[in-house]
Amino acid sequence: MSKQIIIPFGPQHPVLPEPIHLDLVLEDETVVDVLPSIGYVHRGLEKLVEKREFTEYTFIAERICGICSFIHSLAYVQGVEQIMGIEVPERAHYLRTIWSEYSRLHSHLLWLGCFADGMGFENLFMNSWRIREHILDELEATTGGRVIQSACKVGGVRKDISAEQLDGMLLRLKDIKKDIRTITSVFLDDSSVKHRLKKVGMLSKQDAYDCGAVGPTARGSGVAIDLRETGYAAYGKLNFKPIVAPEGDCYARCNVRIQELFSSIDIIEQAAKKITEGPIDVKITGAPNGEYFSRVEQPRGELVHYVKGNGKKNLVRSRVRTPTFTNIPPLVMMLKGCQLADVPVIVLSIDPCISCTER
Amino acid sequence: MTILKMASTAIKSLFSRPATLMYPVRPAKRTTTTRGHIVIDPANCITCRSCQRKCPTGAICVEVKEKTWQIDRMRCVICNSCGDVCPTKCLSMDPAYPAALTARGGVYKVAVAGPKKKEPAPVAKESLKTE
Repeated sequence: MSKQIIIPFGPQHPVLPEPIHLDLVLEDETVVDVLPSIGYVHRGLEKLVEKREFTEYTFIAERICGICSFIHSLAYVQGVEQIMGIEVPERAHYLRTIWSEYSRLHSHLLWLGCFADGMGFENLFMNSWRIREHILDELEATTGGRVIQSACKVGGVRKDISAEQLDGMLLRLKDIKKDIRTITSVFLDDSSVKHRLKKVGMLSKQDAYDCGAVGPTARGSGVAIDLRETGYAAYGKLNFKPIVAPEGDCYARCNVRIQELFSSIDIIEQAAKKITEGPIDVKITGAPNGEYFSRVEQPRGELVHYVKGNGKKNLVRSRVRTPTFTNIPPLVMMLKGCQLADVPVIVLSIDPCISCTER
Repeated sequence: MTILKMASTAIKSLFSRPATLMYPVRPAKRTTTTRGHIVIDPANCITCRSCQRKCPTGAICVEVKEKTWQIDRMRCVICNSCGDVCPTKCLSMDPAYPAALTARGGVYKVAVAGPKKKEPAPVAKESLKTE
């Protein structure tokens, strides 16, 4: 056995957008063990639920993450609505679905850019983010915010999309789809990209299941879990299938996210066709008394919001289980046995969102 | 032929206009719904303090006796919930983003008209009791 050394990776590292610390135990160039540690961006947002009214906490829940912000607020308001037994109008459900899918599009495009940057493919990074900008423009035009939409509220949504606006969005989405296809074909077919991704960061189906992998990390290993299939918001009325790639390497995880981009565009088109006229919110009275586990599918995987109220304006407890938190044990599994030069790509392949993880 | 695909994308962007704006020279993109910053119409404010109670970050402070309305721009998260609850609709959203600030600055205070004479501000009294 050769001598073991420990190399610290992060919290400040060129490939990491957010701070996570990994102690890599190396034997020569091979990683034999990984000790992850988090706790660099804890903000105590869960505790704030006791200080703010349950309606106001929507805005704070949204700020847990700067990328999947809309889906955080959706999970929170769904929990409160279930406790209070509020029937949300159908149009609000469809609007929530459309905005969720737009969030997924911009999150995946951001990830593709970061991933290309991690591989050292700067041109691809710039091109992915240029497409993402069009998605952000749509979000800004419909909700008023580029990444913090503040469009969800308990009992419905705060903004409406007019029919002409929706038609325009669909028209532009076709162009965006064409651009995405050009960019993603490079990810999937380019020999240098393939060489960097194939057979790197292997995670078997059983390991993914045992370690509790969620989202594209699990689906890239062949585990078909997609919370959208539970039919929250308007997903129950739309036709789609979870995208699964069985290989379990970085290429499979990249492939899953790329196919999800097209699936998201398809879902938006379906929702735009089926959307019904009507009110977008209902008036709420009283305060939540009870508890609920709200589960939704974030771009990174399954998100759980636990909310508990005691009949007063302020909730008693809020607990958030974010997808990156559960994807850290699979990450450790993937890193064991890999080469040091592959570590950045493998870490990025789970799409780490650390500010989510630490709340 | 993916090498050619990437090369053609690169060459195309070499000869096309930049995707970014030269920001200070050319104004930023804005839509009518963009949440930039909150503005107040002082003549219509009745100092009911609804905005203060609904603000998730506690950025707004209304003095009923002094008839002033104050916002801390550094605390404001621009969610527009104050604009939603305002009974006289004196608060509105301006699509221009506020200018960059230092940690000390950003407190903006205005004198407002206050409650109309015939209405002795019932909401204000109620909110005082609850606090």
